[in-house]
Amino acid sequence: MIAACPLEALPPGASFRLDGENPIALFRTEDGQIFAIDDTCTHQDASLSDGWLDGCEVECPLHSSRFDLRTGEVDAPPAKRAVRTHRVVVDGGTVFVEPSGCDG
Amino acid sequence: MRRLSDELRDVVVVGAGLAGLSAARALRAEGFAGRLTVVGDEAHRPYDRPPLSKEYLAGTCDETELALERPGEDLDARWLLGTRATGLDRSSRAVLLDGDRSVRADGVVIATGAAARPLPGPTPPVAVGGVGGAGLGAGGLGGGGLGAGGLSGSGGLGGVHTLRTLDDARALRAELVDGARLVVVGAGFIGAEVAATARSLGLSVTVVEAMPVPLAGPLGAAMGATVAALHEQHGVRLVCGRGVRELTGTGRVSGVRLADGTHLPADIVVVGIGVRPGVGWLAGSGVPVGSAPGADGVLCAADGSTGIPGVVAVGDCAAWYEPRLGRRVRVEHWTAAAERPRIAARALLSGPATAPPVPRLPYFWSDQYGRRIQFTGHVAGDEDVSIEDGSLAEQGFLAVYRRSGRPVAVLGVDRVGPFARWRRRLEGEFPSRAQGESRGPGESRPQGEPHAQGGPRAQGESQPQGESQPQGESQPQGESPSGARAVRSV
Repeated sequence: MIAACPLEALPPGASFRLDGENPIALFRTEDGQIFAIDDTCTHQDASLSDGWLDGCEVECPLHSSRFDLRTGEVDAPPAKRAVRTHRVVVDGGTVFVEPSGCDG
Repeated sequence: MRRLSDELRDVVVVGAGLAGLSAARALRAEGFAGRLTVVGDEAHRPYDRPPLSKEYLAGTCDETELALERPGEDLDARWLLGTRATGLDRSSRAVLLDGDRSVRADGVVIATGAAARPLPGPTPPVAVGGVGGAGLGAGGLGGGGLGAGGLSGSGGLGGVHTLRTLDDARALRAELVDGARLVVVGAGFIGAEVAATARSLGLSVTVVEAMPVPLAGPLGAAMGATVAALHEQHGVRLVCGRGVRELTGTGRVSGVRLADGTHLPADIVVVGIGVRPGVGWLAGSGVPVGSAPGADGVLCAADGSTGIPGVVAVGDCAAWYEPRLGRRVRVEHWTAAAERPRIAARALLSGPATAPPVPRLPYFWSDQYGRRIQFTGHVAGDEDVSIEDGSLAEQGFLAVYRRSGRPVAVLGVDRVGPFARWRRRLEGEFPSRAQGESRGPGESRPQGEPHAQGGPRAQGESQPQGESQPQGESQPQGESPSGARAVRSV
């Protein structure tokens, strides 16, 4: 478990980038759910935390690939490979992330 | 409510590029369970064009990576590839195909894309009607200027290329060898991307542009200066303000002669002067096709419907009514080809929408010399431009285009994050005309309706007032292909 950010740093509609060897993007949807996925688009090197949050989807800021935050699956091209999803826990006003293994 | 889809047993998507594939996907996603046929004039399954001028040309991505379909994806469609559509006959509900074949079509999605413009010359121009799909990266502004007057000597020479299709890219890639001399005609995005890629492969590169600076028109001085500086810093010679008179050589090209007589020796020439929409095959079909600059495609309402029942158009060949501009525009951007087919599929299956969604603002990107160039919005060329982040000198910046103080477009160079935030903001701020003004052929505009204040309509844009068939836009169509010859169904 990694302490990612305070909950107030992630208001609805916002994103947060957790730096690291494999950066993780956190999103809080407008209805309050928090999701964590790999930050790097599987198509080309772009940071999904810069992307466009639309419901439970995020759109890559570069080439507009769309990923489902719940599953990591590709909803729109050009990406073809899913991103990994990571478990999120909110505890005591802090957002924690449990990075998935490499097998994802 | 009655669903038109109940009457649609056979839908044919004409064009197998990004727009065609996106349409096929959208039809299935929207519940179309009938017979789906996709016709493509190229032999290839749908592939992604933007990498053709970049990674694919550089040899850092292979053809399997270009595939647009996901592994195992099955749309339960019949694919007629290597097959050219030659006509549309609504009376017999048929799409006519080469080889005197035809395929039944209760519904048709026109997604025939565009073809690269060849240099004007003594040889017949390349026939339009190419495979559907999106432009290469930034096709909408891709064409460099040629300058006034035609030129001769362009036809039939070896070593002269355009770049639009995978086959084009294969042929060009085979010739891009270290030390060769390349002249690129046209400093638009395609030309610039090819120049950047060729330079990285060790070629000697010259770019010729008839306009005084690259991309001088709509994107303004900031963009032109940036692109020009990038070329020069990377050792690419940029020759602006001079048109091309002729290509020289016998059998194979030996150079490019400019209007002022200068001769640029060349082993390879790439012509990047824009595209022509693939609409020639619709002659005589009754489908409205525009000829006005910027709207020279299938004339569509804001949901892709054409006014002909059961026929919609998407992608590079289509000029949709743009609610934010109050006129039709043929948009060549990848994102439009990917996103808008969903709207058109709904129109085909359920009938034209009473209030179609306003499509997002045009967005495109271009990668040159490792720089990420992004643009969104609508510009007329006379906006106030301010640099909000970075600087022209460092070639990383965010430029905001304002009209009457309101932002209408944003250009980013290596500013992906800030650009994304601005793009969202612009989407909310860009004045959109009232709903119900989104209309297509045959509908009239409510009189006396106010326009959004200070919006991009302020400058010289004609209103679609009551235009059912805008004057001078519909082309004289040839005689109906109906009954002209025997066709066999496939």
